[in-house]
Amino acid sequence: MFALIPLFPLLGAAVNGIVGIRYFSRRAVGVTAVGAAGLSFAASIAAFAGLLRSAEPVLVKTLFTWVPASLIRTAGGTTIPFALDLTFRYDSLAAVMTLVVTGVGLLIHIYSVGYMSHDRSYARFFAYLNLFTFAMLVLVLGANLAVMFIGWEGVGLCSYLLIGFWFTKDSAADAGKKAFITNRVGDFGFLLGTGLLLFALGTIDTAGITAAVEGGMLAKGTATAAALLLFLGATGKSAQIPLYTWLPDAMEGPTPVSALIHAATMVTAGVYMVARLHALFSLSGTAMAVVALTGAFTAVYAATMGFVQTDIKRVLAYSTISQIGYMFIGLGVGAYAAGIFHLMTHAFFKSLLFLAAGSVIHALSGEQDMRRMGGLRKRIPRTYFVFLVGALAISGLPGLSGFFSKDEILASAFASGNYLVWGLGLAGAGMTAFYMFRLIFLTFFGEERFSGETAHHLHESPPVMLVPLQILALLAVVGGYVGLPRILGGGAWFGRFLETSTGAHESHLAAGTEVLLMAVSVAVAAVAIFAAWTIYVKRKGEPARRFTERFRALHRTVARKYYVDEAYNRIFVGGVFVAARVADWIDRRVIDGLVDGAAALARGASRLSILFDEGVVDGAVNGVGRVHLAASSLLRRLQTGFVYNYALAVVLGVALVITLVIVVL
Amino acid sequence: MIPIEAVIGFGLIIFTIGLAGVLVRKNLVIMLMSLELLLNGVNIILAGLGRHLNSPRGSIFALFVIINAVSEAAVGFALVLAYFRHRKSYDTDSLNDLKG
Repeated sequence: MFALIPLFPLLGAAVNGIVGIRYFSRRAVGVTAVGAAGLSFAASIAAFAGLLRSAEPVLVKTLFTWVPASLIRTAGGTTIPFALDLTFRYDSLAAVMTLVVTGVGLLIHIYSVGYMSHDRSYARFFAYLNLFTFAMLVLVLGANLAVMFIGWEGVGLCSYLLIGFWFTKDSAADAGKKAFITNRVGDFGFLLGTGLLLFALGTIDTAGITAAVEGGMLAKGTATAAALLLFLGATGKSAQIPLYTWLPDAMEGPTPVSALIHAATMVTAGVYMVARLHALFSLSGTAMAVVALTGAFTAVYAATMGFVQTDIKRVLAYSTISQIGYMFIGLGVGAYAAGIFHLMTHAFFKSLLFLAAGSVIHALSGEQDMRRMGGLRKRIPRTYFVFLVGALAISGLPGLSGFFSKDEILASAFASGNYLVWGLGLAGAGMTAFYMFRLIFLTFFGEERFSGETAHHLHESPPVMLVPLQILALLAVVGGYVGLPRILGGGAWFGRFLETSTGAHESHLAAGTEVLLMAVSVAVAAVAIFAAWTIYVKRKGEPARRFTERFRALHRTVARKYYVDEAYNRIFVGGVFVAARVADWIDRRVIDGLVDGAAALARGASRLSILFDEGVVDGAVNGVGRVHLAASSLLRRLQTGFVYNYALAVVLGVALVITLVIVVL
Repeated sequence: MIPIEAVIGFGLIIFTIGLAGVLVRKNLVIMLMSLELLLNGVNIILAGLGRHLNSPRGSIFALFVIINAVSEAAVGFALVLAYFRHRKSYDTDSLNDLKG
């Protein structure tokens, strides 16, 4: 049953990509794509209901044997049979992921019908979008790392295709390549990790890995190595330090793409993968610390860059990086369910924010620079309202979804005793609230800074875009209640549901501490929002300008993204160039030298051969001729042609013979 | 009875005259005639020795030589005639096409 979930988007992509691109009207393309996403969502709900009713916590469906059984030698030196099936596994974690992917995906498909309505490559867009949904579902349903890897690469491919969707624009094409190549680095780690696990355990089935790890069959060092390699893959896909640089550039893609792929689903693949292999990660304290610290640093680091961006989508991109950092904090301190919880709520409010930003951009005829916005609150009130809901949710306003998930993560971090991580997370929470409300105030408040021409075309988005926004806004509000903590009278139902896949995680905090932590983070967020209001509304951005004046170098460093792109360019791209130049030199000097040397040698040898041939062989032949010529020119004198000479010779000869006969006898 | 020495001497004289004629003269006809002299000088000796030794073999051999001489003369004169028609000359000095 659940194997049907990825089927529909695949069919949709095939139909739109092969037939629709030529023959379908826009309406037919839209119906096909949205229908595929909708059927997939329906299948997800049905599968979810089935799982709830089922006594089995895990459903498995093997489609076919991918790699037939063969013998492999494992690290222990034993030879064991190994076979690979294309298998899907559906458990609580996969259920949550498929619901998020198909649910948010469906809304974004609907939104795209309106947002992309003026685009020429309508069918191509929806084919890619469907294909992405398919790949993402394969990724979350894959029962072993190889099947997961198909999805992992598939979403990377679709990400590339969709970032570079407007490929005639150089910056978009470059951003696509950057995303793909950066991800390649991470994918390499993923593959190495998979290979290491295969070598060490003889299986890459996720359940098999979990069982083997829990059975104590994996040495701690190996576990650390494998976990870190896999986590490298996660940093690439989920845009964490050090492989985050591609995500801000990925905003070159259409806004629905940014919402679906670069906020809600694909970038959370790393989070999902770590949660899926939680047993492996839990075994290695080092790996867990790396995950938590990477997440914490990324959360703060990306947030600082959010302060100074002027492109509305780039602010959201850095926010995404920062929020995924939160998810990794959750995973790194062992609160896997909390990480996934934040993944889900983030999918709601961040896709809401992206789509609402898209609605703003749409209203302003493509303007993305916040310095040319302002005062939009009254012009597009519905968009403003949903945007505000999203911003409040991400800032952690009590009662909204972000509050529950973020506080669960922070509480778990505090409980784990890693106060550095908790402190960074708390700082990140305040920064998040600040830059989100900076965005809101710059965009929707103050005077209107756009041109009259733009103002003339200014319009609220059509219902096909607004309705998905309103549904997402609703989800951003209520989505957190599935994980309402016990302390607030809830049952932490979300965490308990996930226990079957990510294990139990009990918080050891006293009730008072938990409430205090919540109060602290809410207070931090409130102060941050108030600060943003003071700076950008009350004093019209004056303090920000003065701060920029005073700390010009600092501002420039942050605005230029800490020169990381430049550094990467210098080190990696430059390194490649240097390597290429070295290779070029070796090629020209050494390889070509060898080839040229061989040629010269052959030429010399052939010259010797010519000498021998002309001198000795031809000389011998000609010499024979010449000897004959000389001899014959001597001997021909004898042939006078006069008969009497011959006669005389005969006579003399006879006389000689007679004389001889006489003398001898 | 003519002494055998005289016969051989006579034969040798004839032979020598023929030999000189062949070697010295440049007229083809004369040369052929001298050739006949050569053969006949030999014939005289053959016949003389046959009689001296009281054997028919000398005369028989001389007869063979005569037959050969006739054939040779016939062929020789035919060649000379052919040559003459070709060159309008009997002179052997112009007959040096085989000069090396």
